[in-house]
Amino acid sequence: MLNDWLYLGIFLVLALTIPALAIWLAGLLSPKKSDPIKNSIYECGPEPVGESRIQFKVQYYVYGLIFLVFDVETVLLFPWAVAYKQLAMYAVLEAVLFIAILAGGLLYAWREGALEWH
Amino acid sequence: MKLIFLLTALVTVGSAIATVSARKILHAALWLVLTLLGVAVLFALLEASFFAVVQVLVYIGAISILIIFAVMLSRSSLVDEGSQTHRRWWAVAIVLLAVVIAWVAALSLWPNWSTVSAALPAGAGDLATLGKQLVDPNGYLLPFELSSILLVAALVGAIYTAVEKKAGQA
Amino acid sequence: MSFIADPINFIARWLTAVLTGWGASASVTQLILFIISAGLLAMGPLVFTILLIWVERKIGGRFQDRLGPNRLGPWGIFQPIADMLKIFTKEYITPIGADKVPFNLAPILAVAAVLAVWAVIPLASTVYGVNLNVGAVYILAVGALGELGFIMAGLGSNNKYAMLGGFRVVANLISYEVPMVVILLIPIMFSGSLGMNDIASSQTTWNVFLAPLAALIFFITQIAENARAPFDLIEADSELVAGFNVEYSGLKFGFFYVADFLHSATAALVFSTLFLGGWRGPGAETYPVLGFVYLVIKSAIIYFAILHIRFTIPRFRIDQMMNFNWKFLTPLSLVVLVATAVLDKLVPIGQTLLRVGVMWAANLLIWLIADQIVKRVSKRQAVPEVAQPRPLARPPQVKTNDATGGEA
Repeated sequence: MLNDWLYLGIFLVLALTIPALAIWLAGLLSPKKSDPIKNSIYECGPEPVGESRIQFKVQYYVYGLIFLVFDVETVLLFPWAVAYKQLAMYAVLEAVLFIAILAGGLLYAWREGALEWH
Repeated sequence: MKLIFLLTALVTVGSAIATVSARKILHAALWLVLTLLGVAVLFALLEASFFAVVQVLVYIGAISILIIFAVMLSRSSLVDEGSQTHRRWWAVAIVLLAVVIAWVAALSLWPNWSTVSAALPAGAGDLATLGKQLVDPNGYLLPFELSSILLVAALVGAIYTAVEKKAGQA
Repeated sequence: MSFIADPINFIARWLTAVLTGWGASASVTQLILFIISAGLLAMGPLVFTILLIWVERKIGGRFQDRLGPNRLGPWGIFQPIADMLKIFTKEYITPIGADKVPFNLAPILAVAAVLAVWAVIPLASTVYGVNLNVGAVYILAVGALGELGFIMAGLGSNNKYAMLGGFRVVANLISYEVPMVVILLIPIMFSGSLGMNDIASSQTTWNVFLAPLAALIFFITQIAENARAPFDLIEADSELVAGFNVEYSGLKFGFFYVADFLHSATAALVFSTLFLGGWRGPGAETYPVLGFVYLVIKSAIIYFAILHIRFTIPRFRIDQMMNFNWKFLTPLSLVVLVATAVLDKLVPIGQTLLRVGVMWAANLLIWLIADQIVKRVSKRQAVPEVAQPRPLARPPQVKTNDATGGEA
């Protein structure tokens, strides 16, 4: 198994360095005429006003939170899914109970309006 | 093998130090991602492949993104001005070094210090075995179901706080 | 196993023999072979993207009743090469105040995340990068690293709109990851392992026949994960000024582009492996080359379906996208998971036709019920009439002192 990870490590290092090399190469080939107007931030024409921070919606955070809960739920279900073929019916029903409790959580979120995008 | 472990450990500890000492919170969040990646590589070196990928998936894919969202949500200044170290940091460093040396010395007097733990029996780290244990009434079934209730409790609490905040701010 | 049947392994074995003949030890030989193989597998998709860009532009042109590129070379086949040469020589403009490290790292991460998927997909019964025993979850994990690249792009450019675009992209991606992860459990259930090789080789009946609704949901979420039409509000070319990559120029922008195109091909590949049996087909075990051909054919069909949807369906609004995901796809995927899990245990082992029939009937039933529910809900929520047809501005009838006595 460690051989697998060694291969993946080499692969990931290569997958990171080949684009980096390409970008560096293109950096050599391209002109570099820096200009304050060119370097200014793009805001559809006029000069940018104010700090570059935006009114951050709470909605992003709520979506991230619900995603986290469901992600952890599915991670807990992965071992069950791998062992599925060797399990009896009651084990499947226990996992159904697990999923049902979490579906209840989703229903609560729905009713509370946490899933609306304002 | 030892070389890879040493490298990974150095990267993990180094980025952890960079996380707590970075000036901009954003950089701190990105150093945290590197730390978590280092931990995932350590899991892979221990042949716990499932936990390595789950570490990346949950910690980096969900929790780091939540941290970055939370950082952007707070309206405080994003840059930490001022010195990043205490004025008498050398005194603290000496005390800590002494504690660590004493600790390691005390541990090395333990008789089992140099024994390598026995290898796991074949199939013990198998994911199917874990799955069967999770739904086994004599195994970990109760913690399995309780963890779902815990997750729902976390979800309900967070939504109650967040949505109430929205109504308060509207 | 001759050269014709299994070329890659034949060359691998010949190389091993040569290297051992030169006196290299076993581990060094293996390391060299790993490096060569990883290099080819990492460069291959990047070169393949050039062909992919041409295919997409040509087919897109035909969908839109025009020719697509046809100037450079026969059928415009050198067009992407010309584009590549152009983008290599464009200037890198870094905006003032941009964070150097996240700004430059973001396109590299985006491409690396898509390339990394190619390491675990079995291209034939014996040709694969690595038979990772947690391949399916590995694909999800590198998807998460790609999302991190998008956030870094949004936060690294010192630009309000890039940040907005970046956050929207990530909110979209993580929302659509929920049904994807839930549906991913179904092929794992059927094959009993997380490794992609096992999932591909265990599909004596293709998974799409055993879980058609799950395959459809997975297909939709893959399109959404790729931020492709109809889900591409975030980087809509005509709105929101290209979203998070507005400050990028030159090859850095080119790499975001490459990552986008390569992601849809990779999504087609992953879908074929998970649901269409990957390299399986008549004679694929004895002649691995045939397995590769089958995989290419299946992925090409799915890729064409993705392109078809891209050029046909209009864009969704962001709130429509979110509602579709959280209020329709997630509950539906949970119901499909539960139904598939319970029914698969009820049907006795080995009776494939009965199993396929029962699964199709159950999926059809779930689909019809969901359809009815959606119809009832949308009827209840009929968009209220805002007003009568708005009055047009019309000039008042003016009588003129004209000889004709008419009206102005």
